[in-house]
Amino acid sequence: MSKASELNGATANFNDMPDAQGHFGVYGGMFVAETLMAPLLELRQAYEQYKDDSEFLAELDYDLTHFVGRPSPLYFAKSWTEKLGGARVYLKREDLNHTGAHKINNTVGQALLAKRMGKKRVIAETGAGQHGVATATIAARLNMDCVVYMGSEDIKRQAINVYRMRLLGAEVVPVESGSKTLKDALNEAMRDWVTNVDDTFYIIGTVAGPHPYPAMVRDFQAIIGRETREQIMDMEGRLPDALVACVGGGSNAIGLFHPFLEDRDVAIYGVEAAGDGLDSGRHAAPLCAGEPGVLHGNRTYLMEDHDGQITETHSISAGLDYPGVGPEHSWLKDIGRANYVAVTDDEALQAFHDVTRTEGIMPALESSHALAYTAKLAPSMDRDQIIVVNLSGRGDKDIHTVATLEGISV
Amino acid sequence: MSRIKACFDRLKQHDRTALIPYIMAGDPGPAVTVPLMHAMVEAGANLIELGVPFSDPMADGPVIQAASERALEHHIGIRTVIDMVRSFRERDSETPVILMGYLNPVEVMGYADFASTAAEAGVDGILTVDIPPEESHDLILALRNQQLDPIYLIAPTSTEDRIQSICANASGFVYYVSLKGVTGAANLQVQSVEDKINEIRAYTDLPLGVGFGISDAERAAQVSQCADAVVVGSAIIKRMAANIGDQASMTKEVTALLRSMREAMDA
Repeated sequence: MSKASELNGATANFNDMPDAQGHFGVYGGMFVAETLMAPLLELRQAYEQYKDDSEFLAELDYDLTHFVGRPSPLYFAKSWTEKLGGARVYLKREDLNHTGAHKINNTVGQALLAKRMGKKRVIAETGAGQHGVATATIAARLNMDCVVYMGSEDIKRQAINVYRMRLLGAEVVPVESGSKTLKDALNEAMRDWVTNVDDTFYIIGTVAGPHPYPAMVRDFQAIIGRETREQIMDMEGRLPDALVACVGGGSNAIGLFHPFLEDRDVAIYGVEAAGDGLDSGRHAAPLCAGEPGVLHGNRTYLMEDHDGQITETHSISAGLDYPGVGPEHSWLKDIGRANYVAVTDDEALQAFHDVTRTEGIMPALESSHALAYTAKLAPSMDRDQIIVVNLSGRGDKDIHTVATLEGISV
Repeated sequence: MSRIKACFDRLKQHDRTALIPYIMAGDPGPAVTVPLMHAMVEAGANLIELGVPFSDPMADGPVIQAASERALEHHIGIRTVIDMVRSFRERDSETPVILMGYLNPVEVMGYADFASTAAEAGVDGILTVDIPPEESHDLILALRNQQLDPIYLIAPTSTEDRIQSICANASGFVYYVSLKGVTGAANLQVQSVEDKINEIRAYTDLPLGVGFGISDAERAAQVSQCADAVVVGSAIIKRMAANIGDQASMTKEVTALLRSMREAMDA
């Protein structure tokens, strides 16, 4: 197996990735049981057909405008910028989308594809519940049956989102196997798909999974970066100096990063969850502290032990609590185009409070990881430099978690 | 000649179908596995599939998932599983043993290291559920260097093109997944299995095994009409799970099931 680092990031053509089999260097690919190969190839073909189809794109565009509420604003965080005393910080307001996070960009795209493929039933996995809610939402609108798999631990942490999905008509199935979190929900969704391949479309919520999911989800999320380019050109007349986004599976991050990959002067920072600290072992930072391996249909950096068993992860944020990461991020790390860093639970919480108090914007705990790194980065930069942070979701869903940590019962 | 080929050749001479039990290595504890392998051979098993525990067994139903979790409580890793085969070989040099599991433990060990260690211990083949032929090039090279057979799955959803390319890469035997679903599911349809088996035979002379959802002697006998091998896993593991802590009755129940299948298949 050759190392992706043999590739030179300076000559990589980012728009040609992945290759026809879904590889980003040595990462990605299609590592699934044979039963799923036919539906994946069918999906690949359908996606190839529709991704440039003007009618499909017009319908998607209409829904993104009128149902999701795009474009989302690019907001200059003036007070927080002054407080940090360095680069000018802009927030890409994905928290203002319908259902409160970037997840809906992708579920609308996949659900429209499912409709064209004649699938009447959609399934999804969810961690924090945001992708589950976004899937249940579009399923309600398109009148599709919807089943969402969710780890029983996450169901306890995110009771409001569970009820929200049920109100929307989705069946939420608790997953009791393994660590009872996001990775196990993904396993269970795969088992459902293998059993119901004929009528079911699996809406994966992140840029992981077997090809074509990492490329397809990236393409549906890249609207974040495309809008950001236009908006920052309008507001500042130039591209930003740095982009910052949190990375669990990595869909909001790749959505912001991808349209800027060719702009080599734009520094890129993906922020993983360091949990109790990278040295503690209790974290969810495969790019910072993991090794390459194969899980959930693709080769990528993973949290694993010396026997190749996937290890349990920890993060205050359920949406980052995942032992793998999208294969394109693994490749961007190896070729050096993006920098991957990690911040702890405590640092993320501090950023959550700071931005809430300073800007009147309550970020999701996931997005708070990106904000926490920005709080370190901005003061090290000049005052005329620009940082764009992806504020991937709103924090309402996390109020219970934050209150509990502070000993308050709500 | 490989043990797998010799085994199928022997069975063919007597017009018999192979019975292949699957157990999870280290389930419910490490001391159970090797003696149970010997007992299963005495009860009529012709080859043995030994599961390699994995934390995320995506293709398995609840019965085998639970077996994997029990084995992982004892930290049974792939090197320990290979050691179990080495120990089995001290008393049985004839019965083929196939490791069945997921790619990541093999990937982390390294293909070359895995292949040489497994071959030296007396492993005969490996079935890695989550690696289709498209991704298998390096793994197949490493296995063939050590005369290990890569066993591949064909599914009800496999197209003719795929059947052809899978058969071109496979050796030992080809494993037909008898239903759309996970291991231990209940929706097996014998007629559709027979149709697909006949379709696959057009592309290969390798023996064809059938598994997933074969739960009793009657189904084993039905499937053995068209297949060269019948694989039974969840039905065995259910009996093991019901007798945790009593190894004697566990062995008794498992061997009774295999004997009933053997008799029905030979009748």
